[in-house]
Amino acid sequence: MSKVRVLVGTRKGAFVLTGDGKRKDWQVDGPHFAGWEIYHVKGSPADPNRIFASQTSGWFGQIIQRSDDGGKTWQPPGSRPEDLVGPEGMLKGESNKFVYEGHVGTHKWYDGTQHPWEFKRIWHLEPSLTDPETVYAGAEDAAIFKTTDGGKTWHELSGLRNAKGHLWQPGAGGMAVHTIILHPKNPKRIFIAISAAGAFRSDDGGETWRPINRGLKSQFELPDPDAEVGHCVHRIAMHPSRPDVLFMQKHWDVLRTNDAGDMWNEVSGNLPSDFGFPIDVHAHEPETIYVVPIKSDSEHYPPDGKLRVYRSRTGGNEWEPLTKGLPQKDCYVNVLRDAMAIDSLQPCGVYFGTTGGQVYLSADSGDSWNPIVRDLPAVLSVEVQTLP
Amino acid sequence: MIRVVLPFHLRTLARVDGEVQVEVQSPVTVHSVIDALEARYPVLRGTIRDHVTLKRRPFVRFFACKEDLSLEPPETPLPDAIVSGAEPFLIVGAMAGG
Repeated sequence: MSKVRVLVGTRKGAFVLTGDGKRKDWQVDGPHFAGWEIYHVKGSPADPNRIFASQTSGWFGQIIQRSDDGGKTWQPPGSRPEDLVGPEGMLKGESNKFVYEGHVGTHKWYDGTQHPWEFKRIWHLEPSLTDPETVYAGAEDAAIFKTTDGGKTWHELSGLRNAKGHLWQPGAGGMAVHTIILHPKNPKRIFIAISAAGAFRSDDGGETWRPINRGLKSQFELPDPDAEVGHCVHRIAMHPSRPDVLFMQKHWDVLRTNDAGDMWNEVSGNLPSDFGFPIDVHAHEPETIYVVPIKSDSEHYPPDGKLRVYRSRTGGNEWEPLTKGLPQKDCYVNVLRDAMAIDSLQPCGVYFGTTGGQVYLSADSGDSWNPIVRDLPAVLSVEVQTLP
Repeated sequence: MIRVVLPFHLRTLARVDGEVQVEVQSPVTVHSVIDALEARYPVLRGTIRDHVTLKRRPFVRFFACKEDLSLEPPETPLPDAIVSGAEPFLIVGAMAGG
């Protein structure tokens, strides 16, 4: 029977939630890396027992951890099993060297001056769809790194900064590559999104990039309606059967493109608020999408204290609230951009984590919800693996 | 041998308990102690000081014999009590919260 493994990154560690095929009985393992911020945990589609985690700290910087046994044990990539044997055995891994390459230059700062690029952390890890040794990592300050040796060494795909990097300016949440989407058939095509800079596409495997932000409107932040960069994209999502169709949750507005980002159109429709962070696509219905409306960028909690996922079965514009099992009063949590995931069972399961430490599951594609856990630290990211 | 006390999170990262000891050639300085520490525990590279510039991370502090050496040049010789092993060299995470 199939099962699911939910990988949860929180402010104080990582948790692995393992559920049976019915998604009723759950085992909770963790915290792993207790006390560290775990921005993202994601498994390799090519080898589901290989899982990567971004472990970070304001004191001690960035660590990349890897598990090769489905999250039971972890170590920084680079240590061999024999390195760990005996009283003198120790980790040899040095998986945290993220160094910007070439002439790094500067980006725009809050006061309009130019500011040097400074590596802070890895927000998002995107393992290759076909090679368990290859992973892309999205960094703050905005950059994309790649490993081809299972996470031991990383090098920057520095061509990204040529996409008007000097004009990018951090928002209140920083300036990070938080979304990386790999094309399911064309390994040369990669989409990324950067908060307060926009969405970008590479058609040569990450060597060169161009902004794909036509149609985005950010009238208060960017008075120039033709601005190529500077849009605060919160998340983009794709269904693998239609890789030219992308959905976007922007700072304000929900949008879609039918041509791989060449032009976007707003599909916010009847949402109670078009501000939010995550957006995701149903596993089996590429026109069915999910968002979690948040009242505003000043308040960062759901409208009216009601936690509602909104589902559109028409690819946007027409939305229905999904409330069964979710708190409908006095709820003031947020759902962050990397904290929603969808499994591929029938019917597909939808998962999201909150800043209040709950991880909710709908095992019926959003019709009803139950918490898997209620009291974790604030959830930063949720991923799910559907396992045989 | 130089005795080094690591902060909790670096002990768990390096999978060590209590103090660690490293052999350091003279002159014994902050720089040479961390060189030896990173050679012995490669997983600590980048967590105490920057990989490239070798500058101390902002919220990591160094203490020896109750003196805060965080702002001293990293080539400053450490006190005899550290060199002899009578006192440990302390690597501390700066206090947070309030």
